[in-house]
Amino acid sequence: METLWSPTKTGDRGGKWFLSVLALIAVAAPILNQAVPASSPAHLSAYGITLIGKYLCYGMLALAVDLIWGYCGILSLGHTAFFSLGGYAIGMYLMRQIGTRGVYGDPVLPDFMVFLNWKSLPWFWNGFNHFPFALLMMVVAPGLLALVFGWFAFRSRVTGVYFSIITQALTYALMLAFFRNDMGFGGNNGFTDFKDILGFDLHSDLTRVVLLITTVATLAATYLACRTIVESRAGRVLHAIRDAESRTRFLGYPVESFKVYVFVFSAVIAGIAGALYVPQIGIINPGEFAPINSIEVVIWVAVGGRGTLYGAIAGAVVVNYAKTYLTGAFPEVWLYAVGALFVLVTLFLPRGIIGLVQTRTKR
Amino acid sequence: MSARDKKLELEGLTVSFDGFKALNNLTLSVDPGELLCIIGPNGAGKTTMMDVVTGKTRPDSGTARFGSGNNLLEMSEAEIVAAGVGRKFQKPTVFERLTVFENLELALAGTRSVLKTLRARISPEQDNRINEVLGTIGLSGRRFELGSTLAHGQKQWLEIGMLLMQDPELLLVDEPVAGMTPQEIERTSELLLSLAGEHSVVVVEHDMNFVRSIARRVIVLHEGRVIAEGDMDKVQGDPKVIEVYLGV
Ligand SMILES: Nc1ncnc2c1ncn2[C@@H]1O[C@H](COP(=O)(O)OP(=O)(O)OP(=O)(O)O)[C@@H](O)[C@H]1O
Ligand SMILES: [Mg+2]
Repeated sequence: METLWSPTKTGDRGGKWFLSVLALIAVAAPILNQAVPASSPAHLSAYGITLIGKYLCYGMLALAVDLIWGYCGILSLGHTAFFSLGGYAIGMYLMRQIGTRGVYGDPVLPDFMVFLNWKSLPWFWNGFNHFPFALLMMVVAPGLLALVFGWFAFRSRVTGVYFSIITQALTYALMLAFFRNDMGFGGNNGFTDFKDILGFDLHSDLTRVVLLITTVATLAATYLACRTIVESRAGRVLHAIRDAESRTRFLGYPVESFKVYVFVFSAVIAGIAGALYVPQIGIINPGEFAPINSIEVVIWVAVGGRGTLYGAIAGAVVVNYAKTYLTGAFPEVWLYAVGALFVLVTLFLPRGIIGLVQTRTKR
Repeated sequence: MSARDKKLELEGLTVSFDGFKALNNLTLSVDPGELLCIIGPNGAGKTTMMDVVTGKTRPDSGTARFGSGNNLLEMSEAEIVAAGVGRKFQKPTVFERLTVFENLELALAGTRSVLKTLRARISPEQDNRINEVLGTIGLSGRRFELGSTLAHGQKQWLEIGMLLMQDPELLLVDEPVAGMTPQEIERTSELLLSLAGEHSVVVVEHDMNFVRSIARRVIVLHEGRVIAEGDMDKVQGDPKVIEVYLGV
């Protein structure tokens, strides 16, 4: 009966493919790293494990942006702010786990605070020695910021390019704030030199494998959650808002509430992605807030295929793979390459890589 | 009939855009079950009147009441819809990237909150209702096609269908037959006539033959005010009307 009334539901082959690839990574990567000896060419190094983990975190960030941009027409150019906040939340926990193993050996204060001659922990660092609290904050911090920001912006009916501009301003302002030493987040060095998470050594291969599997599982779960949303009637309301916002309002839908909800949900996904990213990469600093990063995320989504969810994730992986390669080979061309890519995709592939694949397979 | 029994009551409404008065002390009322036609030259303020009733535009002065004691000027667009006012826009706007069926689904009366729409399912009765409306608007065969594929007249019909799904007490219909073929126009008048009685209907239209075919009471607007009122013959014979509108 459901397939009868929802033609948009049919043909989700792409989603099945995507989930199969995730399952394959979750099974194959640990085996190739743990069971295959390091001397074998089939061995997957710790570096490789971390690289895949990083790409998947970016994929999750792209998923968050696609949910609001592809389905509801909200173009956020500030999503790395939420990503970074999630990263800082887990970073605070990791800093407190260092304990006496820091350079100054202070049992409570992280090194940068000792260096700044601080005598005690700022109040907002309380609780971060507990992992569950850090988990809570990586959701609450980005979610709350998105709620307050979205509430004011959407209530005042800020839309389109104006919304994009103020989200850029938001992430820029946060970057400047986090650069300041007296904010208590380590200034321009941010957090690094992490030792362990929940007692497990962050530098061991096994911990890295577990982090990767956690990332894969979280990505699959958030993807399924997003898909459930876009396939529900609420998802069709989001489509409607993108197509004709004021018409949706005159059907009686509280358009602002829909936008606030989906914006907050998207920000939380971005925050979780950031929190998975930091322990694998081993560093978080204010550079993550840089406005250009948020623009790159939008490019990943456009390249993959806006409004497809898994396409956005694929776009993030493909573009970042290219980036890893290009910045290694010719570092100075990356910004031009990504700009050119965006122009090409906008002009010739309005539905991204996924659109291209779909038209090919239909023939 | 006392004032309380009116379905819609507008009194002394004034709307200015940069000093220009789109509505100028407009007063009119609609009875329950009545089909009221509003005509008037371009820029007379017909659409602006609907904008005020649906909460899109707030007037500088005046009052607007709906049913028993709803003060429309203090309600949001969504609250006004929930209270039972539906509108068809002058420029048809259907959701282009949703199917015809999904357009109607979103217009279904009831569920509007975020969390409820997340879990909403179409009940068999609602499915029947949608199919019934699809038949009424002649789009049964195109239910799974995207809104963007419809011809202009069909979009008008889909808009009317979306209005029917909401089952409002008061229907505001702005230029329903623009772009329709003569057969489509005829079906539209049949439909609007069948709706009156159970619903109050306000139709704005330039097509005089169409207005004549459905009109009982006609109101003529000019420069934001009512200049004549009565049945079609009376209005068409009114010298003021002839001067500003029909005569030219
Ligand atoms: N948002 C606005 N800002 C400025 N002027 C406006 C606005 N909306 C309407 N007007 C002006 O108010 C006047 C009344 O417009 P309205 O759309 O109500 O006319 P109408 O009777 O519906 O005309 P038509 O038959 O052409 O649809 C017009 O002169 C119009 O230009
Ligand atoms: Mg008009």
